[in-house]
Amino acid sequence: MIPLILRELKLSVRHGADTTASLLFFVIAGTLFPFTLGPGPTTLAAIAASVVWVCALLAALLPLDRLFGADYEDGTLDLLLLSGLPAYGVAFAKTAVHWLTTGLPLLVIAGPLAIMLRLPAERVPLLLLTLLPGTMLLSLLGTLTAAVTLGARRAAVLMPLITLPLMIPTLIFGAAAVTSAHPAAALYMLAAMFCAALPLAPLGAGAALRAAAE
Amino acid sequence: MHLLTASNLSVFRGERLVLSNVGFSLQAGGILVLRGENGAGKSTLLRTLAGLIPLAAGELKWDNEDALNDLPSHAKRIAWLGHLDAVKPALTAAEHVPAAALAPVGLSAYAELPARLLSAGQKRRLAIARVAAAGRPLWLLDEPTTGLDAASVLRFLALCETHRQGGGMIIASTHIPLELSGVQVLTL
Repeated sequence: MIPLILRELKLSVRHGADTTASLLFFVIAGTLFPFTLGPGPTTLAAIAASVVWVCALLAALLPLDRLFGADYEDGTLDLLLLSGLPAYGVAFAKTAVHWLTTGLPLLVIAGPLAIMLRLPAERVPLLLLTLLPGTMLLSLLGTLTAAVTLGARRAAVLMPLITLPLMIPTLIFGAAAVTSAHPAAALYMLAAMFCAALPLAPLGAGAALRAAAE
Repeated sequence: MHLLTASNLSVFRGERLVLSNVGFSLQAGGILVLRGENGAGKSTLLRTLAGLIPLAAGELKWDNEDALNDLPSHAKRIAWLGHLDAVKPALTAAEHVPAAALAPVGLSAYAELPARLLSAGQKRRLAIARVAAAGRPLWLLDEPTTGLDAASVLRFLALCETHRQGGGMIIASTHIPLELSGVQVLTL
């Protein structure tokens, strides 16, 4: 699995535009809010965590249609399925690469963006703590929907329509953990969802990949 | 000495029965050429043998054991060449296969060239080099000579002969005769 992850990372670096586009979208979408709501710190601080979460979710969706799409179109998907790795292993490797090239950079930029949106400084570590499992969940569920919609007509439209509702619980608990006076319960819920998705999403994605390859 | 045996293979694509009661036996060093009109099921049979398409009926055995029972293990026996080259434009030829594997297909001079700059025939040769470099006993090749010039076809045949002499097996769909001795033909 490690050689596959390294190869995919190399391809991601060569296609750096995908990661850059996600990050730019994240920053630009986040900076639009002060233009419409005004620079008042109270208003911005109240919505900062939610804005960062929603923008991260939407930014993470951007590269998903190419996650398997390019491999499907050029025949590489067959090679991946015949690499000797189980299909869920291929899906897990793709999930890891998506998180490393999209989730992790979003996590790095989320802090400065949150500060720009006037989130109280003492809340920023908590935001990042929620985004850590949150971005991983985004990658897991995004990989699942990317596999499920692979080969479908209008997959790029279907994918967010499936992914966004799946991510609602993550958004609720992620944003609640940052704004609540007692964040532990929401953090536990995020951790529980991550623990559930970690084995199940690659299994589902692997089955979907096999179906797409038929 | 490996033995691949297919018996009574039947495969559906959607509602359509594409393959019905197909069977063959191939020993180590054997070459099986699939022939048939367009849509006869050559590619479907190759994908089925690779485990990419499930069987509706029949058995595929490797050394008298169910080959498709453990797909990851079966995959490790297979070097696959589909009708698509599976070449990544952003990677160089040498990043697709070890540099030493490029010489037999005449691509050594292009080792550091991004694959997007290779011609269609050169990409096909790169895909063939990947098959040869995989070191797996069973080659499944879907129209391997598509886009190859005469010299490249000869190089490909030489690789096939080397693989066969090493005890490997080859199953290929092709519209051109393979100038190799002892080739079995299965018409679909």
